[in-house]
Amino acid sequence: MDFVRDNLPYILAGISVGGQYALIAIGYTMVYGILRLINFAHGDMFMIAGLMGVYAVTWMPLYLAIPFVIIFTVILGFAIERVAYKPLRSAPRMSVMISAIGVSYLLQNLALYITGGLTKTYPSIPWISNTVKVFGATTKVVTLITPVLTIALVVALVLLINHTKMGMAMRAVSRDFETARLMGIKIDSVISLTFIIGSFLAAVGSILYFSNYTGVMPTAGAMPGLKAFVAAVFGGIGSIPGAVIGAFIIGICENIIKGVGWTTFSDAFTFALLIVILIVKPTGLFGEKNIDKV
Amino acid sequence: MTKQKKWLLSCIVIAVFLALVYFLEGIIPSYSNWSMLFTVLEKGSIYALVAVSMNLVNGFTGLFSLGQAGFMLIGAYAYAVFTIPVAQRAAVYQYFDGGLIQFTIPVFFAILLAGIVAAIFAFLIGLPVLRLKSDYLAIATLGFAEIIRAIFQWNALGPITNGSNLLRKFATYQSALFPIIACGICIAIICLLINSSYGRAFKAIREDEIAAEAMGINLFKHKQLSFVISSFFAGIGGALLAMFQTTIQASAFKAAMTYEFLLIVVIGGMGSITGSIIASFLFIACREWWLRFLDSELYIGDFQVPLLRAGFRNVVFSVVIMIIVLFYRKGIMGTREFSWNGLLRWFKNLPGNIRSIPGRLKRKNKKEAQINE
Amino acid sequence: MKKLALLLVFVLAVATFSVGCGSKDKAAATAGEGGVIKIGVYEPASGDNGAGGKQETLGIQYANSICPTVEINGVTYDVQLELVDNESSTDKGPTAAKNLVGKGVSVVLGSYGSGVSIAASDIFAEAGIPAIGVTCTNPQVTEGNTHYFRICFLDPFQGTVLANFATDVFAAKTAYCLSKLGDDYSVGLCNYFQKAFEGLGGKVVYETFPDGNSDFTSYVANAIKANADVFFAPVSTEAAALIIDQANAQGMDMPILAGDTWDSNVITGAAKGKNVEIYVTTFYQEGGNPEFDSGVKAWIEADSTNLANNGGNTDLAAVTAMGYDAYFTALEALKAAGSPAPADVMAALPGVSYKGVCGMITFNETGDANRDIAYVKKCNTETGAWEFVAEQGVK
Repeated sequence: MDFVRDNLPYILAGISVGGQYALIAIGYTMVYGILRLINFAHGDMFMIAGLMGVYAVTWMPLYLAIPFVIIFTVILGFAIERVAYKPLRSAPRMSVMISAIGVSYLLQNLALYITGGLTKTYPSIPWISNTVKVFGATTKVVTLITPVLTIALVVALVLLINHTKMGMAMRAVSRDFETARLMGIKIDSVISLTFIIGSFLAAVGSILYFSNYTGVMPTAGAMPGLKAFVAAVFGGIGSIPGAVIGAFIIGICENIIKGVGWTTFSDAFTFALLIVILIVKPTGLFGEKNIDKV
Repeated sequence: MTKQKKWLLSCIVIAVFLALVYFLEGIIPSYSNWSMLFTVLEKGSIYALVAVSMNLVNGFTGLFSLGQAGFMLIGAYAYAVFTIPVAQRAAVYQYFDGGLIQFTIPVFFAILLAGIVAAIFAFLIGLPVLRLKSDYLAIATLGFAEIIRAIFQWNALGPITNGSNLLRKFATYQSALFPIIACGICIAIICLLINSSYGRAFKAIREDEIAAEAMGINLFKHKQLSFVISSFFAGIGGALLAMFQTTIQASAFKAAMTYEFLLIVVIGGMGSITGSIIASFLFIACREWWLRFLDSELYIGDFQVPLLRAGFRNVVFSVVIMIIVLFYRKGIMGTREFSWNGLLRWFKNLPGNIRSIPGRLKRKNKKEAQINE
Repeated sequence: MKKLALLLVFVLAVATFSVGCGSKDKAAATAGEGGVIKIGVYEPASGDNGAGGKQETLGIQYANSICPTVEINGVTYDVQLELVDNESSTDKGPTAAKNLVGKGVSVVLGSYGSGVSIAASDIFAEAGIPAIGVTCTNPQVTEGNTHYFRICFLDPFQGTVLANFATDVFAAKTAYCLSKLGDDYSVGLCNYFQKAFEGLGGKVVYETFPDGNSDFTSYVANAIKANADVFFAPVSTEAAALIIDQANAQGMDMPILAGDTWDSNVITGAAKGKNVEIYVTTFYQEGGNPEFDSGVKAWIEADSTNLANNGGNTDLAAVTAMGYDAYFTALEALKAAGSPAPADVMAALPGVSYKGVCGMITFNETGDANRDIAYVKKCNTETGAWEFVAEQGVK
């Protein structure tokens, strides 16, 4: 029992942070699946959503603030795609990626300017910010909710993709961009929808993440974003279940590494894991093999 | 113009420029606002070297590598560790009993060593990583840079790297001419390389890997070569940056630093050395000097200019970058390079170009409208 | 679209130049009177130490608002503050410092955070400008140079004080130390704490967290698992708030000890209403000088920007008081120097003595202030305020 009590915090933390990474990772993996773009700005969107949460509760009651944050993030994601990525649709892929880096740079600097460089404390949301005891270990309720909510959202998303017309369009576009366009699929609206879903999940992720780790600073999105991306690659980019499983694995491993005492290398380990998986299985755990045609 | 004439002209311009820098350094006192000019010249030339080295891999060979900050870190540390005077080591390595290494090597060799150590790391990293495809390569090199950073901050390596603490007191330069000339030589070497048969092979790989392989270019060997050479010069750039800053700390070499160089390369034009150089100087001058006033409150008469406070500089700066990325995709130079003939032509056509701007814009708008339809 | 972009660039460029020229004219006009002395303020306004740097700057600005002139040899000069943001980063710091040098300052105050001070040290040395460190506690700042002075105590002292406090008050046998990877201040202070604590017969578990980490669950769990008696985490306030939150969530019952950075309303704000026990060593105890306290509070409250920079309330941080003292120390030095020339100020600084709100300031031969007392404060988690515990020295 002592063993469980001693080690449960790591596992709980791992599962919870893994769930939050998963919600971000889906945004990466869906965008990559369709546009072949590493959306570097996604992590910063997540940060902006957190920041918006801080400000929103000072403007309106909490039950309005949460939907407001989600809607705001969705609009922001949609707008970024329209302004920064759509004009570059015909440009080389590297240009789009650099545009993404530019957006990330802009969002960070904007956040820095608005907050004045000070860390903002995320408001505590009733119930989910409370502490509970699980098998002798104390933790926040949000730690327990995160995996459940993540799985529920992912199941809903997979249903959406597999059983609706829009989902079919998305699958078609990710399979073959040009052909899908010839078949009369409205590419732009599919891409917009992808960004909307990604931003929605990032906003939910940000609420969960920042309820647990309450400091919102301009660089708060960078590391979770990078790790979520690693998770997406780990699971096989383009695959939603892959991204989720990858995120949980990375979240849990990271906390175990810290628990073992290798705290210096907890981030480095994530990247080492990525490089190993890329070398051994370049398409990730569940990725489809891409065959280059000459 | 004949080839000889062009050479002569270039030599004269370079000599005049260096003489001017030397002269100005003598007359501009450090407490004048113009002393920032030297900061820009020094940091700008160092950034130019690293940007050109990044361009070699990303722009000329078409490999998307994001490991530049990591290689600079290696170079900076290799340089600093070997040039801290023995007498100062006890003070610098205060938590590690003066450190493990108790000798110094001359500055020139230390800079060379910085490049070589970075190149060796690049060679080892390249073995597995360069087989990956574009985006995967980018994320893997980014990951490597992060791992390198963690290793250099590791307390167990403290006797060599000083752990998390600053390295300082190492040899630095006195005159702004040093980084300018050093970077100039390095960039010239990269130019020679690009114009050699190797450079043509790199470009062939960039255009089409499969076609290049079919023509008998050993893909892996050439990618590895480009990657290693690029890292070599990034290492030297790191050493020079250490000299410029007079102190060095691993925590500064984050992914954000690599992004900066990537933006410089893009602003200057992927595949243009001239572009990277121009963009470096513009980037540094804007960020460190010209735009700095945006950070402080300002009154014109009694009117306080709105929005100006700490951080605004970076917001304006990133908006400008976005505009360049979105609307001037090819950057300042595209893939063109500087040439005397080009410059002459540009000046000759200038009046006509200015006159025709409205017409060209109209045409362009029309064309875009057609495309959008 | 392109036209619009061109226009935007053009407007920006024009605005930049017109505004830029405007600022130059103004500077030229005031400098023309010959009666202006510039004091450089080299402080972080963003990054890890942004919050602390801003509070320290507030102290300097408040002092400047009280005493905007200085009389040197019978001539009255206006004192003008030149602020730069070193972004809490050792690579951005040197260029910010060069900027200060370019503005022609007589003396520099700062910085909060030792790493940036060390990084800029050589720049000031080269330009022959003296600098007065306000709360940079790492010994390396002043060691081996003649231009850097400081008015606060040092990490070896602070680390020992905290180690003594841990063993005296809590009878601690095991301490858990947490520092940030790549951060001079926390790594240095942990190091001195560890030495002193082990010297007293204790055992130390030492861990570091990487940059950008906000998940402290495992660190707190590690401390609990190690059966530590005290949790020593002299990290930046950003990380501190997260650690406090996590310690509360896991019901960690050991006291948290920290250094001077934690003496900030960020900490009291984070700890309010939580079940944690926090002790810090610091330079100043609120109430030590009621006149100063009420003055600075009224001044902060009067201006919304200042209020925001102080974290939205008027709780005093010790660094604000230190900034205040540093400004007046600089004025004393200017008076003693008899001229605004940096070289004269540097020559005069070692002999300066000033009775500040945080105690008497005199410099020893390395340029450090002679201080042998630190204040220990405890955070009252019900009211969210600091309570005085003890004055602690080194045995």
